[in-house]
Amino acid sequence: MDNWSKGAQGKPAHSQPEDAWKFQLYSAGETAKSRRAVANLRSICAQYLPSGYSIEVVDLLADPERAKTEAIIATPTVIRKSPPPEQRVIGDLSRTEEALKGLDIPHEGLPKNPR
Amino acid sequence: MARTKRKTELAKVLTGIKGLDEITGGGLPKGRPTLLWGGSGTGKTFLAMEFLVRGALNYGEPGLFVAFEENAEELITNFYSIGFDLKGLVGHKKLVIDQISIGPGDFTETGVYDLEGLFIRLQGAIDAIGARRIALDAVGRLFSELSSSSIVRTELRRLLRWLKEKGITAVITAETENGLEHSGLVEYVSDCVVSLENRVRDRAATRYLRIVKYRGSSHVSDDVPFLIGDSGISVLPITSVAADYKVSAERIPTGIARLDTMLGGKGYFRGSSILVSGDAGTGKTSIAAHFAQATCKRGERCLFFAFEEFKDAIIRNMKSIGIDLKRWADNGLLQFENMRPTLFGLETHLTLMEKSIGEFKPQVVILDPFSNLMDVGSTKEVKSMVSRLMDYLKMNGITALFTDLSKGGKAIPQTEIGISSLMDTWVLIRSIEVNGEHNRLLYVIKSRGMAHSNQVREFLLTDKGVDLLDVYLGEAGVLTGSARAAQEMKDREAALLHKYESEVKRREFTRRKAAAEAQIAVLRAEIEAAEEELRRGTAEGHRAETGAGDSLKRMGKLRGADAA
Repeated sequence: MDNWSKGAQGKPAHSQPEDAWKFQLYSAGETAKSRRAVANLRSICAQYLPSGYSIEVVDLLADPERAKTEAIIATPTVIRKSPPPEQRVIGDLSRTEEALKGLDIPHEGLPKNPR
Repeated sequence: MARTKRKTELAKVLTGIKGLDEITGGGLPKGRPTLLWGGSGTGKTFLAMEFLVRGALNYGEPGLFVAFEENAEELITNFYSIGFDLKGLVGHKKLVIDQISIGPGDFTETGVYDLEGLFIRLQGAIDAIGARRIALDAVGRLFSELSSSSIVRTELRRLLRWLKEKGITAVITAETENGLEHSGLVEYVSDCVVSLENRVRDRAATRYLRIVKYRGSSHVSDDVPFLIGDSGISVLPITSVAADYKVSAERIPTGIARLDTMLGGKGYFRGSSILVSGDAGTGKTSIAAHFAQATCKRGERCLFFAFEEFKDAIIRNMKSIGIDLKRWADNGLLQFENMRPTLFGLETHLTLMEKSIGEFKPQVVILDPFSNLMDVGSTKEVKSMVSRLMDYLKMNGITALFTDLSKGGKAIPQTEIGISSLMDTWVLIRSIEVNGEHNRLLYVIKSRGMAHSNQVREFLLTDKGVDLLDVYLGEAGVLTGSARAAQEMKDREAALLHKYESEVKRREFTRRKAAAEAQIAVLRAEIEAAEEELRRGTAEGHRAETGAGDSLKRMGKLRGADAA
């Protein structure tokens, strides 16, 4: 299980505060789609989350139980675990606008109140 | 050239659902998908689940039920109420119920995706119990929540291919509302398609299913009514697959000795149909009750469908004429089913009856009064239903007695005539009024295959049951009841009088004869006397003559007569 825990400023995950951005990316093995999704997610986070973020990539082929526990149907699926509330999107995140909206990541410089 | 028979039928799996295996010619295509489509509430989900449950219970095939709607709990409750413990099956690893909730907004699409997550989940569930059957219930949800229907279609196709490779038989349910989704599914789910419908007519709803397509297999393609009852689904085929059935020559008693006599001395044919029709209150039910009693006495089972009176009322009424039905109801040989005709459509009635018959397996079935069902449909529909019911009964060698309430009057209504043509035996009870008194006559109008009496009998209900009396045929015609009794008394009187008169005459004759003989005796005596007298007289005359001659000679001599 890969653990991309470096934020844009390289802060390690365990030192990040409670409401730090945490993402889980579910894929079925490593495919072109999943590689694209990971790359796109990292790029989005780097660009829009200067405070830091963590991304956990879950390979459902290796850990199929999680498909059930997290109710994953489509792959790739990205779930924003933190800050709450949970948000999820499906697809390889190539449509950035939808990805930002779907994961409720602040963009275009407008501050967003945490809910 | 010899014609070789090609095996075109594909492999099938039995559904275990009553009637469905018959109309599909052996079940659903093995290892292939079958699509069930229909509106909401038509029974698709139920059928899909029952397919899995029967698969697990009857054929040892574990199943996976994938619910795309929030109905798993409801299903468990519904099946539990008809005796299927789904939770128990899950515990025994015969069934997995996977509820995959798909809510709106769950799927913001940000690019390309596939449904591999779903597949992984399904695979896990299948492997956990070694499932051989799978139900995908309400796949339409996938289409409605995921905006890319082309991806969904592609992925579903992929899933079905994968299931086919594993040899797992799949049942997919979809609603018909969304034309787009269902036409897409029908396209590639092309092995077997079954459509379900809940048709309402005259406020009675009947369920129908139809095999729209079944590639590579013969099947019934008509609309076929079915029922979701307390032991699951029962499908009733319209056309009997086996058109010929064994006809029995065995006779069974009617329970009324004199009626047996009228029917060639032996009673009804086993497996035949008997119609007992008559005006209200004429005692048709009593004939049915006698038959029920006779059946049970033989140790055979009788199923009594009561369309008007309740079981207890019937038992009580029959007891008052000396027929104890309670005894047989208690020991289980006699079973009553009360049915309200207007509650269901004719098709449902038929399905319900066949279901009960199939479960109880009686040798005799009674439908009293059957005519109440005729109010539920047109003459044509009723006749169609009756002939199908008869087909079913005859195929199973069940003897059936129908009682029919004729709606009064001398003329026999059209419906009665129509139905009576389907019956083997027709007994009619007519009420006649004479001098303010109601008496009843029984006629055997017809009885196929046997010599039967064409005489009419007087029908009486006594405290020992039905009695049939010879009818009095006097100069005034048929007499019954008190008129008959009066006439009989008159006849006895007349007979006595006649006897008396004869006696008097005889004595008179004897007397006269004696008198005459006496007279004759006297005359004879007189004749004898006269004869005697004559004889004496003649004798004397002779002597006299002789004496006179002698005297003459002597005198002559004395006188010296010259020559003598």
